[in-house]
Amino acid sequence: MGFIIDATLIAFLALIAIAALRRKQLFGMVMLSGAFSLVAATLFVVLDAVDVAFTEAAVGAGISTVLALATLSLVPAEEKPHSIAIVPAVLALATGLLLSVAVSDLPEFGAADAPIHNHVAPEFIIGSEEKIGVPNVVTSVLASYRGYDTLGETVVVFTAAIAVLLIIGGWTRRETEITESTEDDHAG
Amino acid sequence: MTSLFAQWNYFLVIILMMLGFYAVIARGNMVKKMVGLNIFQTSVFMLYISMGKVSNGTAPILTGDSSTVYSNPLPHVLILTAIVVGVATTAVGYALIIRIQESFGTIEDDEIIELMDDADAASEGPAS
Repeated sequence: MGFIIDATLIAFLALIAIAALRRKQLFGMVMLSGAFSLVAATLFVVLDAVDVAFTEAAVGAGISTVLALATLSLVPAEEKPHSIAIVPAVLALATGLLLSVAVSDLPEFGAADAPIHNHVAPEFIIGSEEKIGVPNVVTSVLASYRGYDTLGETVVVFTAAIAVLLIIGGWTRRETEITESTEDDHAG
Repeated sequence: MTSLFAQWNYFLVIILMMLGFYAVIARGNMVKKMVGLNIFQTSVFMLYISMGKVSNGTAPILTGDSSTVYSNPLPHVLILTAIVVGVATTAVGYALIIRIQESFGTIEDDEIIELMDDADAASEGPAS
């Protein structure tokens, strides 16, 4: 039963991905990319990752699509026509084969005795109730056990915000428009 | 479940991953590269979440019943972080695309290379 649901969802994802990559109009491609994220969120629910599912639905399907649409309002709406590139296709196939070989060493899908389930995970599940007192284990691990990770994450988001402001923010752009020739002097 | 299909979920996810990978390296349009990167990234998330799945398990939200089997919460936490970091890098990528469009008037990478070669040939050295 699990196989049928998973395989159907992944086949659906593959169809959406192929449709998105074949489109010449970038608007349609971005919309299909949002649909991809939404179906991926459904797959995450099937795989018991409900927190990941709603983050993916909000951030992957929502914010990413909005960012892409904002970009599309400033760039050409259509992609240049192209043919299938042989070398990248072979490269992707070879990488896929290598990954398949590597993945076949992993424990069985869903096996309860896999090493990943017997290291720190049981501690988190027991400790979440006894020490943290939060019923959602993902929340207690995110905010408490791995709180420094989350702090690091906010640092990354802050850095990215600064980077975006520096790249397309008002200051640098106005300067290049007024003094085109002395742009390098100012940047230096 | 037979041993032949024991890792089917991983193999299916790798197919998705390679679709995104192909788009990133083969397509010249930068918005398309970003969408390919998005597909690649989401597929990697699926691979991680698949590893955390326990058969007959449920979402890691405590039910109070000691016999409940939970899926592993640790991959979920790591991927939550990765999704947010992913959208931050995506934002920087799109900002770079907008800036490239302003400077070169195109976001196709072969056209940008031509423009840069022309500029080099015209000034016989790095432009300005």
